[in-house]
Amino acid sequence: MTKSVLIVEDSRAMRGLIRATVEQMPGFATHEAGSGFDALKALPTRHFDLIITDINMPDINGLELISFVKGHPQYKDIPLIVVSTERSEEDRKRGLSLGASGYIVKPFKGEELQELVKKVLGE
Amino acid sequence: MSRDRAPVPTAPAGLKENGLAGRKDEKSKGEFLAEAEDILDDLNQHLIQMEEMVEAGSVDPDAVNAIFRGVHSLKGLSGMFGFEGVSGLSHRLESLLDAMRLGKIDITREATSVIFAALDRLKELSEEISRTGSEHADTSDVTAMIDSLVSSRQASGKKSLIDELAIDPAMVSVLTEYEEHRLKENVKARNSIFIVKARFDLATFDKDLTVLNDRLKGMGEIVSTLPSSGMSPEEGIEFNMLLGSKEPMEKLAAEVEGPRVSVQEIKYKADEKKAEAAAPSLRSLSKTVRVDISRLDHLMNIVGELVLSKNMISQLSKDLRGLQGFTGLAVDLHKASRTFERKLGELQEGVIEVRMVPIGQIFTRLTQAVRKYAGDVGKDIDLDMLGEDTELDKLMVEDMSDPLMHLIRNALDHGIEPPAERLRRGKPEKGLIRLDAYPKGNRVVISVEDDGAGIDYEKVRRIAVDKGLVQESEMLTRREMLDLIFLPGFSTSEKVSEVSGRGVGMDVVKKNVSKLSGMIDIDTEIGKGTTFTITLPITLAIIKALIVEVSTETFCVPLSSVLESLMIKRDRIATIEKREVVSIRGETLPLLWLDRVFGLPKSEEGESIYVVVVGVAERRLGLVVDRLVGQQEIVIKSIGEKLKNIPGLAGATELGDNEVVLVLDVESLIDEATQRRV
Repeated sequence: MTKSVLIVEDSRAMRGLIRATVEQMPGFATHEAGSGFDALKALPTRHFDLIITDINMPDINGLELISFVKGHPQYKDIPLIVVSTERSEEDRKRGLSLGASGYIVKPFKGEELQELVKKVLGE
Repeated sequence: MSRDRAPVPTAPAGLKENGLAGRKDEKSKGEFLAEAEDILDDLNQHLIQMEEMVEAGSVDPDAVNAIFRGVHSLKGLSGMFGFEGVSGLSHRLESLLDAMRLGKIDITREATSVIFAALDRLKELSEEISRTGSEHADTSDVTAMIDSLVSSRQASGKKSLIDELAIDPAMVSVLTEYEEHRLKENVKARNSIFIVKARFDLATFDKDLTVLNDRLKGMGEIVSTLPSSGMSPEEGIEFNMLLGSKEPMEKLAAEVEGPRVSVQEIKYKADEKKAEAAAPSLRSLSKTVRVDISRLDHLMNIVGELVLSKNMISQLSKDLRGLQGFTGLAVDLHKASRTFERKLGELQEGVIEVRMVPIGQIFTRLTQAVRKYAGDVGKDIDLDMLGEDTELDKLMVEDMSDPLMHLIRNALDHGIEPPAERLRRGKPEKGLIRLDAYPKGNRVVISVEDDGAGIDYEKVRRIAVDKGLVQESEMLTRREMLDLIFLPGFSTSEKVSEVSGRGVGMDVVKKNVSKLSGMIDIDTEIGKGTTFTITLPITLAIIKALIVEVSTETFCVPLSSVLESLMIKRDRIATIEKREVVSIRGETLPLLWLDRVFGLPKSEEGESIYVVVVGVAERRLGLVVDRLVGQQEIVIKSIGEKLKNIPGLAGATELGDNEVVLVLDVESLIDEATQRRV
């Protein structure tokens, strides 16, 4: 069955890159949210198997999104992957302690992200 | 082009070819240079502001963020274009700024001077790219300076500060490092910390939150916005916002509380510590100086004189270039004059900037007056205000408060219907008046919008006829009918009220607006409401002018009154009631031939004419000229007593070549043109 991935990232270039990387894998479909707000709006619209989120975004940050998803009765089982920069080690740690399943550091190789997605989804 | 940096070097194979890395052809080089120059100019300005804040002892976090973001963009941009020198140095600089914004490195004079040095080097690099197409300049000395600052960083061991707050640890755990730092700074400044809870519909929460955010920003700093889980989509979505503020709880609650928004204060665990923090000091807390505006006017005048000298010098440099045997000298003079021009520009901006005050100053005053009036006339309204931060010359802000008050009173008296009638028409019982200000180019737009009854064209016309302002037989377009309300002595109020409707309203508004070289427009829909839109130049001290030639003369037209310039074929000119007009996009525009107005020799008759469309307040006019020469900054000087009474002239100015040129007074020209019609 096709896996549905929500990509939350405010940089269009980065979002496109993640989408292309995920869609290279057979059986994956993606949906994009350009901000934390967009993600909050997208969540009730369909079922997602995975969320990949940036941390620093203008409206609500990635950590707040993780906390929202993990505390929500309907969404709490959706695994999350955090995309962060090399500087934000502290934020990365917080993401994991809030319930994110994994993280990847920008800039990353396509295969790294693909491996991580498979690992998090238990494939 | 996105300014975000895609991690091109390690992108998946399929994407790498599409990346911009290594594309150094002329066109993309030009793109890079143009954008890099913009970013660097911006950065320099922000850094100057930050340095001033450092001097003043309090740095606005937004200023540091703005510089951080600019450097981040430059890093991404140069990375995409493969300029490693620029991208390497901006990467280093970005790390330094990140540490500064997280409070790991203190923002000191030393730090800002290192950033200045780095920006200068980045500028040199981009100039090198512009000259030679590549970058070789050594950046090691600057990077060493940055590295030594970064190595001095302190661990962010201020966690204990947050412990002073009786705050839910779950709320702290979702803060990013930056947000946590901001919370600490608020605690350090002993600001009150609030949680603002808001519940919105899922479909509209982003818009609702933007409105709330705007209000909150006026009260303090929004540290974070946490969506709360545990609600089903049908119930909407709840947000907990952390706000640091100097305002007391009551004021915040009065500003934002409502059926969907509530506020609670997070208490400090040990309030008595406050006393300790406030150690007695004899130093003045204020870092501001109050200055009489006339002193600023004086400075502005000097700047104005300098602008004239500048024009003269750049003209000299142009002339010199045309002479043989002076090439070297001409190039040097040109360079010197460019530098002079830039610095003078900065000085001018600086002087204008100190004259600027946020328009919110009068908005606040208006609120109180409006609440009282609304009560007096028995109408309940919401007064919505947007763009209070928009800045305008101090003198202009003062001059705008009466016109705005008039417009709001008018909206209350003639626009907003009584509550019972509103309900009958299916509108919310409470009326809405919205004040909005925003910058648009070098102008500021202020609009007053109501959701009332709208203006009845026919009623306006009937009253004007009754008062003998127009003939019964006169054919008027909708726009012309609306314009009637600006005539002196016009009032549509059937009963004269305490508040407005004394027939002195709209013409006074118009007069005030045109005095400030502004324009006013009406947009109305029966049953839906009316919007008055005022467009003003941000300052009157130094103005931009369009220079035109008519017959043997040169004139300046203040650019703030110029709407557009057109070239029109002569056969499009029509004559209506002995007036020459052209039709432009369905609107009829009266024409005025400047050579005839000033009795100049007749211009050559070509197939086409140039028309400069000008407008003051709600009126438009097309000035017919022979040639458009260009734009220039000018300072208007008054002309002697003898010429003072000639209609159509506002004054004179000097252009660079010592030529004295007359400046047109657009408003009196329009008066002139309309009088002919009557």
